[in-house]
Amino acid sequence: MTTDLKRSMVVKQSGSGEADMTEKKNKKASPLRSLSVGLITLLILVVYAYGFQVTKVNLEELKSEQRQSSLQRVTRALARPDLFEYDQTEVVVNYPILTPCNPDGTLPSAPEHAEGEPYMIITPGCAEPGSTIQVEGFNFGPNMDGSVRFVPGNDPNNILSLGKDVVIMDNDGYFKLSMELPVRPSDDVQYIRTRVRTNVGTPHFTQTAKDTWEKIIETVFLALLATTFGTFLAIPLSFLAARNLMKPIRSPLTSVSFSLIGWPIGIALGYFIVSWIGKLSSLLNMNPLLDLVAVLLAIFLVWFGLRWALPQAETTTPGKGLRFLRILVMLGCLLVGFFGLFELARLTLSVGRGLIPTLGSFGFLGNFMFQVGDIILIITSVAGALAAGGAISSGLSKFGLKLAERLPASKVKIMNLILAPIAVSTILILGGQLIEWLYQIGNPLIYLWGPLITGIVIGIGLAAFSKPKDTFPTGMVVYTITRTLLNGLRSIEALVMAIVFVIAVGIGPFAGVLALGLHTIVSLGKLYSEQVESIMTGPVEAVTATGANRLQTIIYGVVPQIVPPYISYTMYRWDINVRMSTIIGFVGGGGIGFLLQQNINLLNYRGASAQMLAIAIVVASMDYISSVLREKTI
Amino acid sequence: MLQIRNLTKIYEGGVKALDNVSFDVPDGQFLAVIGLSGSGKSTLLRCINRLIEPTDGQILWNDVDITQASQEEMREIRRKIGMVFQHFNLVHRSKVITNVLAGRLGYVNPAWSFLNRFPKEDLEKARQQMERMGIADKANHRADELSGGQQQRVGIARALMQDPELILADEPVASLDPVLAHSIMKHLEDINKTDGVTVMCSLHFLDIVHRYADRAIALNEGKLVFEGLPEDIDDDRFKEIYGREAERVG
Repeated sequence: MTTDLKRSMVVKQSGSGEADMTEKKNKKASPLRSLSVGLITLLILVVYAYGFQVTKVNLEELKSEQRQSSLQRVTRALARPDLFEYDQTEVVVNYPILTPCNPDGTLPSAPEHAEGEPYMIITPGCAEPGSTIQVEGFNFGPNMDGSVRFVPGNDPNNILSLGKDVVIMDNDGYFKLSMELPVRPSDDVQYIRTRVRTNVGTPHFTQTAKDTWEKIIETVFLALLATTFGTFLAIPLSFLAARNLMKPIRSPLTSVSFSLIGWPIGIALGYFIVSWIGKLSSLLNMNPLLDLVAVLLAIFLVWFGLRWALPQAETTTPGKGLRFLRILVMLGCLLVGFFGLFELARLTLSVGRGLIPTLGSFGFLGNFMFQVGDIILIITSVAGALAAGGAISSGLSKFGLKLAERLPASKVKIMNLILAPIAVSTILILGGQLIEWLYQIGNPLIYLWGPLITGIVIGIGLAAFSKPKDTFPTGMVVYTITRTLLNGLRSIEALVMAIVFVIAVGIGPFAGVLALGLHTIVSLGKLYSEQVESIMTGPVEAVTATGANRLQTIIYGVVPQIVPPYISYTMYRWDINVRMSTIIGFVGGGGIGFLLQQNINLLNYRGASAQMLAIAIVVASMDYISSVLREKTI
Repeated sequence: MLQIRNLTKIYEGGVKALDNVSFDVPDGQFLAVIGLSGSGKSTLLRCINRLIEPTDGQILWNDVDITQASQEEMREIRRKIGMVFQHFNLVHRSKVITNVLAGRLGYVNPAWSFLNRFPKEDLEKARQQMERMGIADKANHRADELSGGQQQRVGIARALMQDPELILADEPVASLDPVLAHSIMKHLEDINKTDGVTVMCSLHFLDIVHRYADRAIALNEGKLVFEGLPEDIDDDRFKEIYGREAERVG
């Protein structure tokens, strides 16, 4: 009774489910199902068969005698990396022979030899080409090994020799060999040569080993620099590519338009001002001492200016006059700061240049200073332009936000109708300029009027069809652009990037650093951003609840959580970069790859083996070091 | 005075977490919010400091409508509202002192806080608050080295750093054992009675509600189903709040 009840309940609960189950069971047994399984199996077979065809799988090749012997040769060469060598002494003994025999039956006279010196006896003294003769050697030193060869022509010093018979001496330095003469008939006397090489002294590194060492060091530092640069640039990018951080960022159209207009204006203005400061500082560039004073003065001024203009905490909002004054002081600090940076660059440039000759073998430190100065010089202009762009854009965007919040909807709408077309067409015209630069079409319709009119239409459309106070998902737009860029660039192998950079900066390790660095930025950017997306939301919520602004929330709520995965991914990337840098030389990107490729092309497999060994050692030890460091930091 | 007027929250996907909820919280009151899991307690508390954007309704705090505040204004409102969480929500890898100082982020100049620089007064304040919560000796430990009860004290210290006028406590004792639960509740009671901070605290156990709360409200499927003194929750009321099948524990 109860079981009946239960069953009926089960049926009630899952009436349709049970029907499904029975259907499934039927399916399992049906011939249709076995047919489909068979078909799928067949399909898989066909796929693999075609794969064999396409990749030309052919083990018959391996069986061929010729392949096997060359494989043997290469493997044996690879097993003996060209690392050490001895200084050698060489004993060469030539013995004259006639082949074929003189018709008059005379034999060449046996060479003289002093008592105890190595000498040879060949019987018979003349023989037909291709016949076998007997070679005996005496006093060659006990247990040595040597080679016996036929020297064609009548010059005993001819370096050309034919055949190679290896002989091993007995305890008395004696050997006996049956040797087949090559078919080289001549009326002149020819020679049989025995050559014995003896190692002298201790082994020392070969030139190959020294070159390999030099290049492997280059390789390791190439990987180090690429990883470092890549990591620094990947971190900010990863925040822009993290959905959870970007999604809440929304702003009204007024503010978006303002910030879009602000970027180009700011960049142009910033570049103008900063290069003006640069010129000013180059006018003052008289001696390093003056530069040093200027740098110190700038640091001093900026520090105290900022201390005054940015109080640590304020409970009451300051008055308008004070706020204006503060902004002025901060602007002044910025200008002085850039001036200081230029002076710093010039100081390091001149000090570095001066140090190169005086430091001797530590001249690379001087060169480092020189290069750093150069980098500061270049970066300062770019950073100034970008900083001004960002500052003006965010200032304008805040202004726009306030306007959108305070003003009545109708006024905001009118403002949007004016601002949005300007903003969109500015961006489109800049895009048009880029297209013009790339393709050189030379048609103003495409690079000026087209984008202008499209921008105005889109802008007016956006402003007209959106509610004036609605917000746009600006964060998601930035997120999508960043992600697309990362994914697109990531799909280009570093090796391919290196080819481009070789054209840009010339063959050498610097091209490799740039290529690997760029690839590191995009791939780490992606990996990092995925880590940001998987953080715990609780702490972020808590920090937000304290009234922290967005950047504070990231620094206090997000950053501490992502430090361990960031470190471990960086290590992982360093690993990859070391491996990549070993082959980036194949396309001229510096490092050990160049040597390796050269040796393989020259069929110098012992040399190639030395480089492969070096790569193996470096990769294995990097692997070990990175795993130890990773364990320590997490 | 906190006044909630017709507060409604509909999540994406149509789930109605809060349905036309209205009530007042006078300054200095200890208000308990009760109800089943999923009844909208957390949503209600998070709407008040706009960690969750309400769909409709008003939240008036000292006659300022929080729902209409701009981002700038929100920063100033949030820094006066401390929040305590069920899972403590500490940043595990940071030191306890850093977690506590994070409570000042709404006050300090952002530029300096990026460099982890806090004014001397704030450091002193953090020391006092940790002393008050009995965790002064843990200041330089990592937050995840602490036990649950200690972590919640850090959470309260962080909220106190904000000089709050209101503390929102979202099931502050739900992941603690009964002994620890009472010690944490005593801290909240002390903050309420000594400092005069209004406390809104969602709770699960009625004995804790009876012991600490001045007043209680109850939510069921997003609707306000009870508002009154904790003592008034008798068996009938209880079944109204928690449903017919529910049985009382503790």
